Amino acid sequence: MANLRPVPEAREFDLARGSLRDLNLYLHKQAAADGVSQIRVKNPDGAHSIACGLNADLDVQIHGHVGYYVAGMNMHATVTVHGNAGPGAAENMMSGRVHVRGFASTAAGASAHGGLLVIDGDASLRCGISLKGADIVVGGSVGSFAAFMAQAGRIVICGDAEEALGDSLYEAVIYVRGRVRSLGADARFEPMADTDRAAVKNLLAQSGHAHDPAEFRRVASAKSLYHWHADANQEY
Amino acid sequence: MTGPQLEESAGFDRPTIDYIQRAAASGLYEIRGLGAKRRVPNFDDLLFLAASLSRYPLEGYRERCATKTLLGTRFAARPIELKIPITVAGMSFGALSARVKDALGRAATEVGTSTTTGDGGMTAEERASSKTLIYQCLPSRYGFNPEDVRRADAIEIVIGQGAKPGGGGMLLGQKVNPRVARMRTLPEGVDQRSASRHPDWTGPDDLVIKIKELREITDWEKPIYVKVGATRVFNDVKLAVHAGADVIVVDGMQGGTAATQTVFIEHVGIPTLAALRQAVDALDDLNMRGTVQLVISGGIRSGADVAKALAMGADAVAIGQGVLVALGCNSDSYIADGRHVSALEDYARLGTAPGFCHHCHTGQCPVGVTTQDAALELRLDPAVGAKRLKNYLQTVNMELTTIARACGKQDVHHLEKEDLVALTVEAAAMAGVPLAGTSWIPGRPGDPT
Repeated sequence: MANLRPVPEAREFDLARGSLRDLNLYLHKQAAADGVSQIRVKNPDGAHSIACGLNADLDVQIHGHVGYYVAGMNMHATVTVHGNAGPGAAENMMSGRVHVRGFASTAAGASAHGGLLVIDGDASLRCGISLKGADIVVGGSVGSFAAFMAQAGRIVICGDAEEALGDSLYEAVIYVRGRVRSLGADARFEPMADTDRAAVKNLLAQSGHAHDPAEFRRVASAKSLYHWHADANQEY
Repeated sequence: MTGPQLEESAGFDRPTIDYIQRAAASGLYEIRGLGAKRRVPNFDDLLFLAASLSRYPLEGYRERCATKTLLGTRFAARPIELKIPITVAGMSFGALSARVKDALGRAATEVGTSTTTGDGGMTAEERASSKTLIYQCLPSRYGFNPEDVRRADAIEIVIGQGAKPGGGGMLLGQKVNPRVARMRTLPEGVDQRSASRHPDWTGPDDLVIKIKELREITDWEKPIYVKVGATRVFNDVKLAVHAGADVIVVDGMQGGTAATQTVFIEHVGIPTLAALRQAVDALDDLNMRGTVQLVISGGIRSGADVAKALAMGADAVAIGQGVLVALGCNSDSYIADGRHVSALEDYARLGTAPGFCHHCHTGQCPVGVTTQDAALELRLDPAVGAKRLKNYLQTVNMELTTIARACGKQDVHHLEKEDLVALTVEAAAMAGVPLAGTSWIPGRPGDPT
């Protein structure tokens, strides 16, 4: 860490002056040992893999836009991006919370197992692809193939959804408030139950978005592709 | 007196007629396990030119021949060091039982080599038993998690598999028991598709960034392997090198699978022999031989195969189907309480027989290797399996060193292409070695003799 040292009283890293490697190494191995739980990152300048692989109860505030895989594989930590995020934000997150104050590019929350991903703006293509149990709240709209092959977890979309929403869903559930351009293979609208409205209310509250849960529709798997059979034709 | 003359069609022979009639009856393509059954040019089509007057051999039973193998020396702080250049290929928990994964780990640890996880995540059993464990990062990301990333010795990003490059995967519901379902975050009994593309990156430019993310997560300690199914190998290997791989694994079309469409297994990808030469050419073209290590897999069976692969330029091999056969796959019996028990009736129930079985996809493996059935999996005792596999790997390694000594090499990694000739024009062209008795390499400039 020759070129980058945290200022002890501010716990601040300036990526214009130091390297990503030093920052991540500090977050992985030193922060908890130093008793530091709050870290502020300045000048991310679109760097990739900021705060990925965290495994401690840290609060990381990133001021600016980030590149790919911010908070990838996150465990326990809270990571906030005060800007936009590139592809794969919070990919494979296990627990904790990742909050993108701006927009998120493709594959936000891909294969995330747990925790909460909040995107205040829009999310691009394949948001929540292969989701495995995490919750995602998108304040804006999502691009095509959101929740593609999503296995478990919940996605709340406050805006619209583009083509093929929920294509090849397994057990994940989508709540969408706006227009849906089209549903993907095996996805269908289902009636909202009280438990669904309660879930949406809870997730909106956690993410800081104010909407009436009654405005959301539920999308889930019709489960017609759960087993390989001749009538599925090329949809399988 | 003779009977009527029966003339079988070359184009519509009995297997073809069977195929068409089955397709007409079911409306489904066939899915099966293991690898290609058609004959393609392979390592059997190469021969060694051992030492004689122009080369000096080592004494076969006395002189030392090193087999130590280092993988991942390019960027990783902790490269993989193996005692032998023969590794166990990635095979999933789901395709195989936890007991089999345990057996693989025990044997590999005893002989000083690595095992590899597979689609479906890392089991506690294999981590405990395998001293050196390679953790696969697959498109499905089933069971993939950062704790196991940190517990692994290396990470292998799987782009494709020799049996089904570009095809993703399938684990049929009958093999999805409660534990498999839990590890994959899916309901029991559901046919589980494994995606053909990674969820969070597309293309070689993204792969550069993905590899760097994994390096950041592992603090640049663990080697990153990239595995490709053999298709456009020359370009794929160059792209993987540019993306920052430490080790490249190339899986030829004879590589096995737990369940894939037959049309894929037999008709997609190129033979291991051709793939290996293209991979080595790519590394040579980039001047990266020795910097980026190359592991070849897909139908490797014997010490002769390993020796030929190393002579052509591989740093190590990975074996999958051979490992399963060593455990008892396609054997007519399994071992219970030290006794051989016939499995013939169980083969017959599947409509097959020992030596022909490729029914891994059913989960009803008669010898308990490729099953998740609670009763059938008991047919493979991990201790017995580990002993058999250790014997097999040891034998293969002894064969390898025997050949290397005969070629005058004190280290198996000193075997070279100049030690090889080909038996057929096809193999000569694919392997880039001369047809035996000539200096002719088809497709290469030279003076035919």
